[in-house]
Amino acid sequence: MLRDITLGQYYPADSVIHKLDPRTKLFGTLLFIISVFSFDGLLGFGVITLFMFGIIYLSKVPLSFMVRGLRAIVILLLIAGALNLFLTPGQPLITLWKIVITKEGVRNASLMTVRMIYLIMGTSVMTLTTTPNQLTDGLEKSLRPLSKIHVPVHEIAMMMSIALRFIPILIEETDKIMKAQMARGADFESGGLIKKAKNMVPLLVPLFVSAFRRANDLALAMEARCYVGGDGRTKMKPLVYEKRDVGAYAVVIVYFVIVVLVKSLL
Amino acid sequence: MSFILDKVSHRYSQGTAYEITALDNVNLKINDGEFIGIIGHTGSGKSTLVQHLNGLLKATEGAIYYNGQDIYDKDYDLRDLRTQVGMVFQYPEHQLFEETVFADVCFGPKNQGLPEKDCTLRAFEALRSVGLPEKYYYASPFELSGGQKRRAAIAGVLAMKPAVLILDEPTAGLDPKGRDEILDLIAETHAHYGNTVILVSHSMEDVAKYVDRIIVMNQGSVMLDGAPRDVFHHYKELEEIGLAAPQVTYLMHEMREAGMDVSTEPTTVDEAKDAILRMLGRK
Amino acid sequence: MGIVEAKNLVHEYITRDEEGNVEGIQVALDHLDLSVKPGQFIAVLGHNGSGKSTFAKHINALLTPTEGTLIVDGLDVSDENHVYDIRQRAGMVFQNPDNQIIASVVQEDVGFGPENLGVPTEQIWERVEQSLKSVGMWKYREHSPNKLSGGQKQRVAIAGVMAMEPKCIILDEPTAMLDPDGRKEVLHAVHKLNKEKGVTIILITHYMEEVVDADYVYVMDQGKVVMEGNPRGIFSQVDALQEHRLDVPQITALAHELKNSGLPIPDGILTRQELIEALAKIK
Repeated sequence: MLRDITLGQYYPADSVIHKLDPRTKLFGTLLFIISVFSFDGLLGFGVITLFMFGIIYLSKVPLSFMVRGLRAIVILLLIAGALNLFLTPGQPLITLWKIVITKEGVRNASLMTVRMIYLIMGTSVMTLTTTPNQLTDGLEKSLRPLSKIHVPVHEIAMMMSIALRFIPILIEETDKIMKAQMARGADFESGGLIKKAKNMVPLLVPLFVSAFRRANDLALAMEARCYVGGDGRTKMKPLVYEKRDVGAYAVVIVYFVIVVLVKSLL
Repeated sequence: MSFILDKVSHRYSQGTAYEITALDNVNLKINDGEFIGIIGHTGSGKSTLVQHLNGLLKATEGAIYYNGQDIYDKDYDLRDLRTQVGMVFQYPEHQLFEETVFADVCFGPKNQGLPEKDCTLRAFEALRSVGLPEKYYYASPFELSGGQKRRAAIAGVLAMKPAVLILDEPTAGLDPKGRDEILDLIAETHAHYGNTVILVSHSMEDVAKYVDRIIVMNQGSVMLDGAPRDVFHHYKELEEIGLAAPQVTYLMHEMREAGMDVSTEPTTVDEAKDAILRMLGRK
Repeated sequence: MGIVEAKNLVHEYITRDEEGNVEGIQVALDHLDLSVKPGQFIAVLGHNGSGKSTFAKHINALLTPTEGTLIVDGLDVSDENHVYDIRQRAGMVFQNPDNQIIASVVQEDVGFGPENLGVPTEQIWERVEQSLKSVGMWKYREHSPNKLSGGQKQRVAIAGVMAMEPKCIILDEPTAMLDPDGRKEVLHAVHKLNKEKGVTIILITHYMEEVVDADYVYVMDQGKVVMEGNPRGIFSQVDALQEHRLDVPQITALAHELKNSGLPIPDGILTRQELIEALAKIK
């Protein structure tokens, strides 16, 4: 039932993009998102398209894999596109009975759709080429300065990686408890909203109990392995910038400057 | 005749690269009132098989008939099937959720649409038959010990008075005494109600002592099916797939090889004792 | 001086009501005396609730004694300054394989302990490699724990403890949730560590088959040591074991039954070969 859901998927491959430091990829993704939301004109569109597909090519992740991620948001894209298309006021282009499609509408709708698609594809390049653990390590180290103002950066990163480890376990557990209650005649499908919510009690109570039991066990197991928090810990995989990271930073910054230049020239 | 499985196959993630065949062309007939043990490795398909019997999983190929009716017929009420085929999952205590043990046991009968009074009576009967002390009836299920929780959870299924009772590894994690108590309890309910009981296990020794028929699953297929002594006769084949026959079966065969005139049929300690005493002329 | 020395060890769980008044006292360890020599393979047997897990948690300084003393490798567990030294020297493996693996990649989980101890990066990798190899899980180093079998997960957990270079490993019912194959894998790995690396092993279990090869066995009930001796000596007392909610391997049980029927069979038979030899002498 629920086992078909895949979360935090990673596509293993041996590529330059995979080998980059997660911090480099976080920075690159951030600049890419900014560029996607600030580009203008066909030339700008050409630049970001070239850049994105270039990166996808380098990552050795098949394009079909990327497109799969888009399927989930098709409906959202259609709604957002339609709203922009029909509701933007401006110079009428086509008038069909009461529906008016304006020139601005077409422009906004296509811009919007392109931005959403590129946003999803751009970020999935990062998630597909970086393991969840590298990602949390990258976030932890990038946000390290915040711990000076008492933000528990290490603890947050630790929580994230533990959550990632336990999501599949809890999904499986949900599946099991659901089946067990269905075997006792529980009904999770029929009835109105309130009845449905009430019917969830036999699922949610055992699930919470189990989650707390697991949390308790895990805390004990971590303590038994001498865990005391971030201080005094060493890293098995410390993040160190390599030459290729310097190169990647340069490429990303040059790319960003070009997008800005193209925008200001037009 | 309660169940007929006709060429049943089950494939997870069918049509993708991750396709796994969990059941492969299984044909079975399960009669009313049988006490059956299903044995196999983790991943042999035994748990998948029993989840088909109450419609929690749907076969990707083949048909299942319960009392002569096709359970995949579009008019067939699967919820009704589930009230007749009770299922105790592995670690059933994890499904307890009500404020009191008693209320939790009532959950099944209530879903069957029984009036309040009948639910109460059923719950009392079920709790008594699992031997849970009365002082725990109105305690929170989360305050009970592991073994008591397990009993309460089994009572929750017994209270539905299923014609077929399926138990998936009911003794997992229990200590030897707790294991014997639960198995004895299952045997008692079987003797008392004459219902069909299907016990899923990976312990040959537990199963041999209780059941009349053993079905050995391997890689999604039925490998052996018959009375314990017939199944354990194939102890060498069982060993090849990493399932051992009970120790006494080996003993009897080895005694035979050592030139002793003893029957190789015993599968339990008591049977072996009798056979050895008979061999020595003490009985 | 032993590596683990318990003298008059008492542990009480105190439950309090909302106002902080003592509601009940449950004695989990009741003046326990026990001594383990370095390099030994010790088994602690007991039914669920006999206090054996409470004892295990003391050796790892996860719990502290209410009364009495427990010395681990010369350090008193009651002394707060030594907590982390004790945990490093006496590592602990728990029952549920899922709830003790922290990372999403096998090798990163094994590195968790050394990271906490502040071991330099280069040495962490050496330790991870050595410990994964010592339990035969090196080729799974890049795998996700979710894709492993129960026995494999437990071996990863053992490697995680080994990477902290302990002198002693306490395993608290490590096989209770595993299938027979998983049980064999884990026991094999533990025995190998004991023999090849000289690590002291304290195995807590209720499966009798697992203690046959131990150097010394303690049986616990109601927080006390009620029996102790080598496995053969323990197994010869079938009736006493049953009183403590435990049983004996099938062959030992059969030998005991035959003896009770008047056959001249010695106590403490552990293997089929021994029983056949004893029977052959009768003729």
